[in-house]
Amino acid sequence: MPDLRLLAAEPTDAERAAIDAVVGTAAHDDGRVARSDRTRRHLLLPALRAAQRRVGWVTEGALGYVCRRLEIPPAEAYGVASFYALIALDERPADVLHVCTDLSCRLAGYDELPEGAHPSPCLGLCERAPAALRTLAGEEPRELQLPATGPPLPQEGQPGLRLLRRIADGVDPESLDAYRAAGGYTALRRALELGPAEVLREVTESRLLGRGGAAFPTGVKWEAVAGQPALPHYLVCNADESEPGTFKDRVLMEQDPFALVEAMTIAAFATGCEHGYVYVRAEYPLAHKRLENAFEQARVRGLLGGDVSGSGFAFDIELRIGAGAYVCGEETALFQSIEGYRGEPRNKPPFPVEVGLFGKPTVVNNVETLFNVLEVVSDTGVEYAKTGTEGSTGTRLFCLSGHVGRPGLYEVPFGMPLRELLELAEARPPKAVLLGGAAGSFLRPDQLDLPLTFEDARAAGASLGSGVVIVYDESADLVDAVLRIAEFFRDESCGQCVPCRVGTVRQEEALHRLASKKTNGNELVVLSELAEVMRDASICGLGQTAASAVQSAMTNLGVLAP
Amino acid sequence: MTVIALDAVKRIVELTVDGREVRVTEGSTILDACRRLGVETPTLCYGDTLTPVNVCRVCVVEVEGSRALVPACSRRVEPGMKVLTDSPRVQTSRRLVLELLGSSVDLSTAPDALRYIEEYEAQPDRFGADSLTVAQAVKVDNELYVRDYAKCILCYKCVEACGDDHQNTFAIAVAGRGFGAHISTELDVTLPESACVYCGNCIAVCPTGALMPVSEFELRRDGLWDEAQQTQVDTICPYCGVGCNLTLHVQGDDIVKVSSPDDHDVTRGNLCVKGRFGYQHVQNRA
Repeated sequence: MPDLRLLAAEPTDAERAAIDAVVGTAAHDDGRVARSDRTRRHLLLPALRAAQRRVGWVTEGALGYVCRRLEIPPAEAYGVASFYALIALDERPADVLHVCTDLSCRLAGYDELPEGAHPSPCLGLCERAPAALRTLAGEEPRELQLPATGPPLPQEGQPGLRLLRRIADGVDPESLDAYRAAGGYTALRRALELGPAEVLREVTESRLLGRGGAAFPTGVKWEAVAGQPALPHYLVCNADESEPGTFKDRVLMEQDPFALVEAMTIAAFATGCEHGYVYVRAEYPLAHKRLENAFEQARVRGLLGGDVSGSGFAFDIELRIGAGAYVCGEETALFQSIEGYRGEPRNKPPFPVEVGLFGKPTVVNNVETLFNVLEVVSDTGVEYAKTGTEGSTGTRLFCLSGHVGRPGLYEVPFGMPLRELLELAEARPPKAVLLGGAAGSFLRPDQLDLPLTFEDARAAGASLGSGVVIVYDESADLVDAVLRIAEFFRDESCGQCVPCRVGTVRQEEALHRLASKKTNGNELVVLSELAEVMRDASICGLGQTAASAVQSAMTNLGVLAP
Repeated sequence: MTVIALDAVKRIVELTVDGREVRVTEGSTILDACRRLGVETPTLCYGDTLTPVNVCRVCVVEVEGSRALVPACSRRVEPGMKVLTDSPRVQTSRRLVLELLGSSVDLSTAPDALRYIEEYEAQPDRFGADSLTVAQAVKVDNELYVRDYAKCILCYKCVEACGDDHQNTFAIAVAGRGFGAHISTELDVTLPESACVYCGNCIAVCPTGALMPVSEFELRRDGLWDEAQQTQVDTICPYCGVGCNLTLHVQGDDIVKVSSPDDHDVTRGNLCVKGRFGYQHVQNRA
């Protein structure tokens, strides 16, 4: 890196201290850069976050100081900071209210923004909608999810739960002892006895498919990384769940964090990773707190660190917190974000199993996927695969919200018809059901017999996605929902590739023309061609699915049809 | 004495493009294979001297077995790959990409884009007159070059040229997100306040005329820019011992622009501020 021209403004003492707490104290601070500060670009987002949490926004002085300490060109740091919706580069108060204006909250009576509040995409609190997030900067910064608590788990006390059983049993999420007393860490013990190759075999035999949305076989992914000669291997848990209507991973991390630690330890053991990251969206402060506590307790008990359970296997986990960008749930954008760059997805191939985080072979799994690993290892893969169907083994979490009597997280075996799930949640008679989130599709009332499996959804032209089920009853305004989905993708496009950057804008414009009856006469053709170019020519899954729900509403439900 | 090349032996990869067989060396891109066959492939964000960023998506092709289309400029060839460059899917996506760009950006000084728009029968005005664009005032904040981001297609080439592909100055980066993504200095300060060293290597790679020497900008503004009347004269930069090749663009009796051939092994089209802008003494007639 050559000599950099840095910003002239200086940070305040408070900002400097907050940033130093992340990047370390400078060996010397005379404008030169300490040698040890090189290649620490991955600390950029944590440092910007620390500065903002201290004073409420990222001042020029703070930005300049971060650049100096991490040796990052100011133009690049500005490019990164301005990418994330939750990083403020203009002065604002220390106390900010972010009000969710997304799908479920619109159905729950979100009306208009209180004065001074910021609109927010889905906050993942859909079971307690309408929801908000309050951020308080200062010496002791805090983030508050509002309402602070939601309804109890709908299936509380019911037998037969697997992934949710500890939550349903009310196991203390802040106590490692309670987790162990509830059977925790027996899976890791079995994994250590089996050895990495046997764990891989169990996972492959379970035919476990990824729960993040893409439904990729977990065993195939793990085998691919385990066999890579390049070192080190990294494990990344994708907990950036931001699909509107999704809150499953939040509930798991908040209420059962030790299970994630145990599952990641098993995944790392099987695939040869010494270092793991959990990338959690910024909107989940309770999950951050519970995970940090779980990591700490696990370290104290030797369940993380240089010698896990006395096995000689070394593994530790680091929490990384996003800054408001749906696209960072795309695995390669997530790597970019951890590495300190704009969350712009990379072109694939190469795939993460070969070239992932920091250019190294990387396992990326969703939170729910990892929870299933505990069941696979405890029960054996063959036994695990007896639940569900041939193509979709195990159980699945669904996030029920909208016009339902009992919103919340449900665990059901794959194959249950959608209608039965709606009955469990006491859904009102639907006019439409959004399955899979904004990147999913709308279903008609006559499609409710759809068995909830990956293969049946695919055959019906739908997708289970991240397990979103939003119910719209007769009173619902579906035009409003479709316009919001279009707005969501326009807001969340990273802007890198033309089909998505401009396509999402043109899609929203055309829908507004149809909604306001000021048509040019060609909107239907335009929308259909936009859907094609976004699906076919976008770099990543965001652009490729940006027209999915909109198109399904138009063709399947006749929304905005002439 | 026989000299044996010690380069690793590169294997030959066979694939088909539009049903025609082609053999290229391992590591080549689909674009290389297309060029080998003389199959014309549109490109905007691709530059021979830059790392492909594959963001414009105008070069997309269909590869058998691949769900989405793939960018020819960066996808490496694989044995037995079956590539289609003229399928309806490819034609539609290329046309739409051009329509999306043409509807949002002023392409009046982007000859390649204009040619592709004609070739693919793209109709950028079909989205209606109220379509959001990147229209904005031109940034004139120094004596050497202007930045007219109303003409920017966000191809990332200038960022790459300013960054570690060429100049390593890092004065500009992509800022913002989505349709609001744009090329910017830190906090959008002016170029004199930024790290810019005025090498103009960003101008050299800009495919749309968004970045332009002041000399060209003023002649165009006054209606005096006339490429038909211009001659190009190759010479060597007189300033230092490196001896970069210069191409002087001369209109009438005046040098109106200086560029450098990008197929030169050493300089790859790059110059410094003196080579690109320091020619006034040649025509100091006062």
